[in-house]
Amino acid sequence: MSREKDIHAPAALFSWRRLGAMILRHLYILRGSWPRVLELAYWPTMQMILWGFITKFFLGHSSWVAESAGVLISAVLLWDVLFRSNLGLSLSFIEEIWSRNLGSLFVSPLRPYELVASLTAMSAIRTLISVAPAAFLAMPLYDVWVFQLGPPLAAFFVNLLVMGWSVGLLVSALVLRFGMGAESLCWLGIFLVAPFSGIYYPIETLPTWLQPVALALPSSHVFEGMRAVLFEDTFRMDLFLNAAGLNVLYLAATTGFFLHMFRIARVKGLLLQQGE
Amino acid sequence: MSGSKRETVVSARDLTKRFDSVTAISSLSFAIDAGSTTAFLGGNGAGKTTTLSILLGLLLPTSGSVTIFGEDMLRHRYRVLPRMNFSSPYVDMPRRLTVRENLNVYANLYGVNRARERVQSVARDMEVVEFLDRPTGILSAGQKTRVALAKALLNEPDLLLLDEPTASLDPDTGDWVRGHLEAYKRRTGATIVLASHNMAEVERLADMVLMMKNGAIVDRGSPRELISRFGCDTLEQVFLDIARKRDSAARSAS
Repeated sequence: MSREKDIHAPAALFSWRRLGAMILRHLYILRGSWPRVLELAYWPTMQMILWGFITKFFLGHSSWVAESAGVLISAVLLWDVLFRSNLGLSLSFIEEIWSRNLGSLFVSPLRPYELVASLTAMSAIRTLISVAPAAFLAMPLYDVWVFQLGPPLAAFFVNLLVMGWSVGLLVSALVLRFGMGAESLCWLGIFLVAPFSGIYYPIETLPTWLQPVALALPSSHVFEGMRAVLFEDTFRMDLFLNAAGLNVLYLAATTGFFLHMFRIARVKGLLLQQGE
Repeated sequence: MSGSKRETVVSARDLTKRFDSVTAISSLSFAIDAGSTTAFLGGNGAGKTTTLSILLGLLLPTSGSVTIFGEDMLRHRYRVLPRMNFSSPYVDMPRRLTVRENLNVYANLYGVNRARERVQSVARDMEVVEFLDRPTGILSAGQKTRVALAKALLNEPDLLLLDEPTASLDPDTGDWVRGHLEAYKRRTGATIVLASHNMAEVERLADMVLMMKNGAIVDRGSPRELISRFGCDTLEQVFLDIARKRDSAARSAS
């Protein structure tokens, strides 16, 4: 072939093609393994089936649930958005470590923030694959139409997705710095915020001294907002803006933390040492 | 080498890398000419891979500077990374992806034009066409080396860095790889930097050898110059001579 010097031009600050290449790399894995795709949808679907029966039971035993049959199933599915978003990002990153690919990636023109962007894109794709089947199954099985939340559902989804990215980036940064010993944080880390997020109960249920912790989490504003829609038929813009503002703050902070850990990895020579 | 002044592609000055109390390399200074093949030769722990990692930007030095194609690698590596590539047995490509998928991903990362055609053409050159659609993880060591080399040549690099390019290969495959590297350099005029402790390989490929020991360059010259200077028959004897003399000197001093 003739030498194509144009490809040797300095790498642009951001390249959609490099971003696309990284997304393609993960889509190849999903395309090549149907069990992986099924596994993504399996757990949210099982959760929805379990909580569907619990809802049926509570409809006759709890006036609170009886006011809105969808409150538990909607909470379960939205929690899964947060959980899957975090997992989708951190597992996509760890996939690079498992396959000892970081060294090859970072001698290419790929920039660290392009990697971060590709991880968030893969997190969104994995989350949709995970949660959509369960959301659609809830209707024929339990007569609960999650989409009754209407346009606010998109606002809740995006906020939880972005919060999942922040947690995933934090975990990925720790894995990059401390190695595979920190791997289990991908699955466990997110549960640290679960008790304070008010997934199944209002924030006021928490002791007064813990409520500020809850208010510092975007997820607690989302779940309060969800209950406002289901019980009061009101979209609370204040809760949405609180969640969005906190998300911007945390995403900026965790992206900065990841890039800082990347630099430390270059100082300590970790990019070539990572692997199974 | 010809006496005419050649462009310097890589210039390192006073490179030092310390990991806590361990000094991996100490005050390395060297220059690599365009179109040459330079080998870092040394035993395990000599500092070869550390030096290559710094040249690639994967590792930041504790002190010193590196300039590649006139650019400061510590500040502006993205200006030159598209002109470089790298292969090493210590890094892999995703094992579950097929060879074609991996090469396609990297062709796009490097911004290669007509990526599919280029993948096909590199696969033909590296004789990996027959397993393009097999998962990379199930290939033999020799096949993986050829795939890694195919990845390293996707962007037709002006500077190719190779860490132990024939490690764990049988002599036939090793010879094939060396022949291919020679052909690539002849065809493109690329500069090749390799780290190896395979003396025959270095003797065959390198114009310039930087002998490393304990993180320092202890001698340098063409293979012929080194062999003649030390009154030896092979580079391996030079290597052993340097290693043992210095070791015995150290023992005497202590």
